[in-house]
Amino acid sequence: MTDGGPLLDVQDLRVSYTTRAGEVPVVPGLSFQLNAGEALGLVGESGCGKSTVALAIVRYLGRSGRIVGGRIRFEGRDLTTLDEAGLRAIRGRRIAMVYQDPMASLNPVMTVGQQLMEAPRTHEGVSGATARARALAMLAEVKLADPEAVMERCPHQLSGGQQQRIVIAMALITGPALLIMDEPTTGLDVTVEAAVLDLVRELRSRHRSAILFISHNLGSVVRVCDRVAVMYRGELVEEGPVRRIFTNPRHPYTRGLLDCLPTLGSDKRQAPLVPIAGQVESALARSPGCGFAGRCAHVEIGRCTSHPIPIAEVYGEPDHHVACVRADELARWTRRSGATVTHDAGVVGEPMVAVHHLTKIYEPRRRWLRGPRAPVRAVSDVDLAAARGRTLAIVGESGCGKSTIAKVLSGLEVATAGGVTLDGVEVGALAVDARSAALKRKLQMVFQNPDSTLNPSHTVGYAIGRALRRLQGLSPADLAAGVEHLLEVVKLPPAMAARKPGHLSGGEKQRAAIARALAGDPEVIVADEPVSALDVSVQAAIVNLLTEIQAARGATLVFISHDLAVVRYLADTVAVMYLGTVAELGSVERVFAPPYHPYTEALLSAVPVPDPDHAVARILLEGRVPRADEIPRGCPFATRCPRRIGPICDETPPPVQRFGADHRIACHIPGDELRRLQTALVEPRVVGR
Amino acid sequence: MSTPVAAGTLSASSPAAPRVLARRWRRRLAALGESTPATVGIVIVLAWVVLAVLAPLIAPYPPNANDLAALAHTTPSKAHWLGTDHLGRDLLSRVLWGARPVLVIAPLAVLGAAALGSLLGLSAGYFGRWIDLTVTRACDIVLSFPVIILYMIILAHVGSSAWNIIGVLTLTKAPIIARIVRGMTLDLREREYVAAAKMRGESAFYIMLVEILPNARGPLVVDMCLRTGYNVIIIGALGFLGIGLPPPDPDWGGMVKDTYGMMMVWPHMALVPCAAISSLVVGFNLLAVGLRELGLRD
Repeated sequence: MTDGGPLLDVQDLRVSYTTRAGEVPVVPGLSFQLNAGEALGLVGESGCGKSTVALAIVRYLGRSGRIVGGRIRFEGRDLTTLDEAGLRAIRGRRIAMVYQDPMASLNPVMTVGQQLMEAPRTHEGVSGATARARALAMLAEVKLADPEAVMERCPHQLSGGQQQRIVIAMALITGPALLIMDEPTTGLDVTVEAAVLDLVRELRSRHRSAILFISHNLGSVVRVCDRVAVMYRGELVEEGPVRRIFTNPRHPYTRGLLDCLPTLGSDKRQAPLVPIAGQVESALARSPGCGFAGRCAHVEIGRCTSHPIPIAEVYGEPDHHVACVRADELARWTRRSGATVTHDAGVVGEPMVAVHHLTKIYEPRRRWLRGPRAPVRAVSDVDLAAARGRTLAIVGESGCGKSTIAKVLSGLEVATAGGVTLDGVEVGALAVDARSAALKRKLQMVFQNPDSTLNPSHTVGYAIGRALRRLQGLSPADLAAGVEHLLEVVKLPPAMAARKPGHLSGGEKQRAAIARALAGDPEVIVADEPVSALDVSVQAAIVNLLTEIQAARGATLVFISHDLAVVRYLADTVAVMYLGTVAELGSVERVFAPPYHPYTEALLSAVPVPDPDHAVARILLEGRVPRADEIPRGCPFATRCPRRIGPICDETPPPVQRFGADHRIACHIPGDELRRLQTALVEPRVVGR
Repeated sequence: MSTPVAAGTLSASSPAAPRVLARRWRRRLAALGESTPATVGIVIVLAWVVLAVLAPLIAPYPPNANDLAALAHTTPSKAHWLGTDHLGRDLLSRVLWGARPVLVIAPLAVLGAAALGSLLGLSAGYFGRWIDLTVTRACDIVLSFPVIILYMIILAHVGSSAWNIIGVLTLTKAPIIARIVRGMTLDLREREYVAAAKMRGESAFYIMLVEILPNARGPLVVDMCLRTGYNVIIIGALGFLGIGLPPPDPDWGGMVKDTYGMMMVWPHMALVPCAAISSLVVGFNLLAVGLRELGLRD
């Protein structure tokens, strides 16, 4: 099949996009090799050309993209010159791809079975029965329960994690020599992400397919890959075995990517995140020297900026390459960490925001001539409090009710039962229209989606100015100054005021949205997943900005997230939610130490840790979150709980166990028993169930 | 709707607002130039607009003047480039003059329908519940009528005049626009910027007009362009049915009606106004296709 050389050999690949502004060299010359059966992680921020490389390999660049030079040798053939027929024979059969959004890869009107059987039937011409048998075997391999039933389903009947498993099954069914995965787990819940990554690792050892794994998150790469290639501005800046990259990164950019990752062991007081300053420079204005020079703390004008930096072997490490002239001069990188300091995070004074016995039920609209549908209990009987000037984080998977709480706090929804007090005033039943101007000013929100948080038709200046006018009553004459001041607070240049969101990056949009939320000088900021749609490097900057603003203004922050590492980093108090109930609540140190609620424990073990030596026994949650009409009578987590102790879990709601003043867990297992089981978990050995 | 508001704030913050706006429009026109259908459409529509405006200057004869001498040879000649009709009136002059009412009535009716339809669609989509139910049902009822019969009934009652035709077209086209806007509002009202507007206490009116409508303008503008073309057809049909603009002033549909009986002998008399109608409709359609292609990128 191959002549003993690498499976995929990319030599000096150059890709350009034709845009209105002219020809943009997105990838100006990239070389790397991938051996049969090897897994290479391609890492970098958005806009650094990772996906372009993936698309160039299968020649799917679209109308505006073009390979302008270089060679891509795959199994001895040059893909850059292959004709359409040759490409068709390779795509899907020898090279398969898995993209970020599984729903976009699956045909919504075909059953899973039809889609799985398509590839073997068209590529290998096997009979229907053979294809079916292979599809069933493949479904079992990607660990989907009841393959026969799954075959008959349409994609929308499956959860996001199941969909991604099916896409992976489709990719592997023809036994491709190369599997390209482009951000396959971005957008999935942590627990699902962990399961999918484990699956990929397991399948890899069985199928001997090489994997090109593209991600912006070093944490997920470490679990799957043998080697890592870090890309910046379309060029390779560092490349080497996973262990070397993670223990001794040489390029400042690689170090930056590692430093901006929040980890479970650190918080804002001991080891602040170090965001990478600035952003990827536009491919249009390409400077002659190192692409990272503009953002690099170690830059030396002249040496770094005058001529292209070649990629060279790191002294003494023949398999490790770096493109940095100062690589040998820089001090050895050390993992950012600090000793855990216990600090006082108890409720100080009376709480600024308190949620008591909050229940929110959505009544679905009655359908004509068909019976009523079951009401959806989004939140049931939740008690929470956030002390003035502190951060309350609410974590959980999608659908756990955390966003509903944010909506009730902000008045976009009203409570069905129970209440919410804001600085002593009961607001649970007050929709935002019914709230006084002072109450509106007191609480503002930062939303999740950078693309929808700002109105695309309005300039940033208008959006912030309007908020200033409505909430502060600023006169038109003072608006410009007010807008400029707020932009300065969120570290955006004043020129941004005239721009529309379409011309802003995700991070900039989120900063502008934070500025808008600050317009009323709020005492409470509710941030609903403000960083989950951003790159890790940008995420660090936004998280730091939020903590900074909170500290400077003494505001109370309610931070909603599914990312435990971020929560560990910035929260004072943490509430872990599952299916509308609080599973565990306490100060951040206590929640992140045993005893854990079994759900917290599972979430923690799923967090991707960017450290190859970090071997935590993973607790994989099987099954899916029950639908609203399937919630067990007893503990909501009983259907997936790895520590389920018996029928009591299904039948009786768990008691709330209190450990000290500021820690409580809703579980049938006694706290001491949990602590005993879980202390064992921290030891580096596999825990049996 | 957004332009005055956006311009208002821009001028508060930067004195160069008019220049920025001018530049933006120039950029949009340049973008349109990149699409072939849009370019062809613009050329056709603009050509008709120029001809209609200049009709008093460039038409070789007064529109209603009878050249009895030409009746012997009604076919195209040196004196009458496109020939004359059965009463000896110069067809070229009549077609040029006939463009004037069409190019006023069709766009005005579309603007009316867009204003009324947007308001209905926004309210239905934003408020939902009984408002939605009432608006959608009312629209469905209007849309379920065979429109031509509806036109005949209404115009028979109120009499035929330019303003009445605009009124009728507005009423019958508004439900279509309302449906489109309602659909987009249902999606747009869930956006986070709408939630942010609610949280700073904006009125429903402000949210609908300033936060939602500007983001629905892309598909709306495309549709308005298509509707203008359809209105040209309907105005022609009304003229053909004899309930269009009152004679003797030239009206493309009326010109066809007066002469289609002579189709076998003098086909040019009906074909010339038909060609005028078709070309204008095609022009608007191409413009709509081009606009859709560009998706009104900003």
